[in-house]
Amino acid sequence: MSTGSSSNTGPTHKLVEAGVTLLIALFGVIVIIGSVKAGINWGAEGPRAGFFPFYIGLFILVSSAINLWNGLREDNDGLFAEWGQLRQVLSVVIPTAIYVSAIPFIGLYVASTIFIAWFMRWLGKYKWPVVLAISFGMPIVTYLIFERWFMVPLPKGPLEEWLGL
Amino acid sequence: MEELVNLFHGFAVALQPYNIMLMVLGIVLGVIIGVLPGLGGANGVAILLPLTFSMSPTSAIIMLSCIYWGALFGGAITSILFNIPGEPWSVATTFDGYPMAQQGKAGEALTAAFTSSFVGALFAVIMITLVAPLVASFALQFGPAEKFAVYFLAFCSFVGLSKEPPFKTIAAMMIGFALAAVGLDSITGQLRLTFGSTHLLNGFDFLIAVIGLFGIGEILLTMEEGLAFRGGKAKINLRVVLQTWKELPKYWMTSLRSCFIGCWMGITPAGATPASFMSYGIAKRVAKNGNNFGKGEVEGVIAPETAAHAAGTAALLPMLSLGVPGSPTAAVLLGGLLIWGLQPGPMLFVEQKEFVWGLIASMYLGNLVGLIVVLTCVPIFAAILRVPFSIIAPLILVLCAIGAYSVHSSTFDVVLMLVFGVIGYLLKKCNYPLAPLVLAIVLGDKAEEAFRQSLLGSQGSFGIFLSNPLVGTIMVLGLIALFWSVIQHGYTRLRGAMA
Amino acid sequence: MRRSTHLAFGAIAAMCAGGITFPATAAWEPVRPVEFIVPAGTGGGADQMARTIQGIVTKHSLMKQPLVVINKSGGAGGEGFLDLKGSGGNPHKIIITLSNLFTTPLATGIPFNWKDLTPVAMLALDEFVLWVNAEKPYKTAKEYIEAVKAAPAGSMKMGGTGSKQEDQIITVAVEKATSTRFTYIPYKGGGEVAVQLVGNHVDSTVNNPIEAVAQWRGGKLRPLCVFDAQPMSYDEQIADGKSWKDIPTCKSQGLDMEYLMLRGIFMSPRATKDQVEYYIDLFKKVRATPEWQDFMKSGAFNTTFLTGADYAKWIEAEEKRHQTLMKDAGFLAPSN
Repeated sequence: MSTGSSSNTGPTHKLVEAGVTLLIALFGVIVIIGSVKAGINWGAEGPRAGFFPFYIGLFILVSSAINLWNGLREDNDGLFAEWGQLRQVLSVVIPTAIYVSAIPFIGLYVASTIFIAWFMRWLGKYKWPVVLAISFGMPIVTYLIFERWFMVPLPKGPLEEWLGL
Repeated sequence: MEELVNLFHGFAVALQPYNIMLMVLGIVLGVIIGVLPGLGGANGVAILLPLTFSMSPTSAIIMLSCIYWGALFGGAITSILFNIPGEPWSVATTFDGYPMAQQGKAGEALTAAFTSSFVGALFAVIMITLVAPLVASFALQFGPAEKFAVYFLAFCSFVGLSKEPPFKTIAAMMIGFALAAVGLDSITGQLRLTFGSTHLLNGFDFLIAVIGLFGIGEILLTMEEGLAFRGGKAKINLRVVLQTWKELPKYWMTSLRSCFIGCWMGITPAGATPASFMSYGIAKRVAKNGNNFGKGEVEGVIAPETAAHAAGTAALLPMLSLGVPGSPTAAVLLGGLLIWGLQPGPMLFVEQKEFVWGLIASMYLGNLVGLIVVLTCVPIFAAILRVPFSIIAPLILVLCAIGAYSVHSSTFDVVLMLVFGVIGYLLKKCNYPLAPLVLAIVLGDKAEEAFRQSLLGSQGSFGIFLSNPLVGTIMVLGLIALFWSVIQHGYTRLRGAMA
Repeated sequence: MRRSTHLAFGAIAAMCAGGITFPATAAWEPVRPVEFIVPAGTGGGADQMARTIQGIVTKHSLMKQPLVVINKSGGAGGEGFLDLKGSGGNPHKIIITLSNLFTTPLATGIPFNWKDLTPVAMLALDEFVLWVNAEKPYKTAKEYIEAVKAAPAGSMKMGGTGSKQEDQIITVAVEKATSTRFTYIPYKGGGEVAVQLVGNHVDSTVNNPIEAVAQWRGGKLRPLCVFDAQPMSYDEQIADGKSWKDIPTCKSQGLDMEYLMLRGIFMSPRATKDQVEYYIDLFKKVRATPEWQDFMKSGAFNTTFLTGADYAKWIEAEEKRHQTLMKDAGFLAPSN
């Protein structure tokens, strides 16, 4: 935080990297637990199902330990990102998360229309006619290409059921 | 000589106006399929297969194989423009293609990619025309041990390449292996690492990981910079094609090497993916400006694209002559052959001459038609980059969601895609290389399967990996590739000492 | 949560459909595209059959709505079965099965049983044939088994598709019947297995006819016997002046083992009688087309067609048999 001033503060690179490394290590532990469940010894028919994943898990754990050590020792006081930048990133991640989790319930088409409209209106500050043209046009084109030409069904919600599509 | 006569007869068949129309239609459909993530070549051909049942087998295969070429061409477009590889073998194209697009050289990158694809495919078709029977018997030599050796070589020629810290590379690759291991273990038929979740039965599909890690991750990185779009303005006229063509002959060595790698991988059949990675890895080591690879070097686009297409085309040969598909798309085409009442296998070349040579002729013509179609569209594709970010970003996100969904028709995969996106953003910021991770997801379980099949066959003896000249040579090549930098270092020192 | 909403939507859809498009008296017909699930990868036997059916339906306009093939191969097909199980009351989903209908739940312990679905019809049965490389001296199954007995235990390699599935079950049964031991090597697909045999990377396989016929015609492989009660019925010459009919049964060769694989159709749970009738009728029409007959001939399929109670009875018997076979082979999931 030594470089921090009022306008550009944020989490330090060191801190975030340590966090990421620990998450990777946790993943390694999960892999090891899963492998042990599947059997890690060398059976009559060669290695069992968990044999390779077990060592892969060990590798992940060991290399994470080294990465953690290197990361902490490193003389890097830089910022991972400024708070403002992170806010920008989250302003995409959170709506996308809502979009993604809404798909099973309201269908892909309705969710996409709302999502595109929101993105263009609030982040892009476009005028409503443009916003509406694109946010309705894209799902309609998608519908024609996927469902009509290629016959790939995409998730649908109550609206499509009501329209009988 | 008889082959040439047959080939000319084949051209006569393929050049009928009706068949040419089918060719153009197939290419256009194929490009659309290739551009839409999740709808790759195999799915596309499978979806359109029933449409062709009312055609004659020759016309049908001409149209389907053109869809296949179109999809191969189309895969490069999204890789270069948006960093989203629609097919496993387009991943390596993103490494230099996307940086080129960011520097405003999207037109050059696309031209180089399309042209290389054409060259690779042409080389493979010529090889099919001339040496088909010989090549088919070579493919028969590949048992599990040989296959493992090939995967080993693909990994070896790729690791040790990245500039990132070695332990981060190892960690990234191991994460990829672990993800590839989730799901059904094909050797014991047992589920592993699923923790009772039925969503994880299928493991982690490569496409979902890649759409998230590369595509979504890239959008998040861009958001950090605010809404100002980072991509440079691409020139949008056709002259860029000619300018790029002037440059390309300089890289003939890379092209030729990639053609050989591609044909070999296509026939064995290890497939286009290891071919593209291997070719990229070797080009990076051998090229004069190898250190600039990854920063937008046109050679880094030529190498993987040439190899991928040579492999994709050569993969049709074992399908026709042995009945073994060299790629998922070839597998679907194989199903088509059976439905039309054609029996792929050694007798096909004898009994169905018109069909086989019509197909081979359509490979020449289809590729040429495809090249013309996609090259004329280069300005249009490049112009997409001029669309403001706040319009294109939500559209890309929606397309990514559709792509992730259509892989397995599962909404869970869409959630996974977003998770991969956030992971991709974090890993990239923390200097973890994503390419080894992706390579491991694509090839990890195949390599493990081949390894265990070999050990089953040898009853646990590792000697099988050196048991014959073929497998031994490939393994040694792999080791050389792995320790290349050490060897090179030693060689320069030796030369220095001698001088 | 997700499932209950699906159900609600399904109910609304049914009401809308019934109210708008069809008067209540007409027999049931699909009102939306029908998803045809394949619990296996693209290019495999089940996939080929599904896509052939799709092609026949399209070509002869047998359905007013499109039939869309979707592959759900995850977890040895478990993904496809669970998907159908979770779409109760949705009549626009059907599935084509292979033996993994029984083997996948038994070997992996996923929560699924065929009783979760609604049986529609048995389309055909797929035969299994014992193949060896044509360069090898074995002319009959007897000679081959003698050779296996003479070789050290486990040194002869049997190639097959998948692990703890039909090919390996047959292999274990052959071992039991002849008191020999093979090393079973699982591969991804049937075509690959046949080529591994041509390349002499394995010693024998139990490929389906359609997977190996090309290599037989090319003089690379030799069929020894068929795992059926009687020889196959197709008498058209294939290779060496032999037809499918000339392949002796394994039983007649002293190898007492029969195995046929189901190629059948199921619907989602809680389908009404009308809906089942509609699909039975559809598949009867499909079976009457020349394209289907050609397809049956090219794969030397056993064309038994069963529906209703007969079909259910057949499945029940097969399920019991698979349970015994897999239990004997030690293939059951640890939790079972």
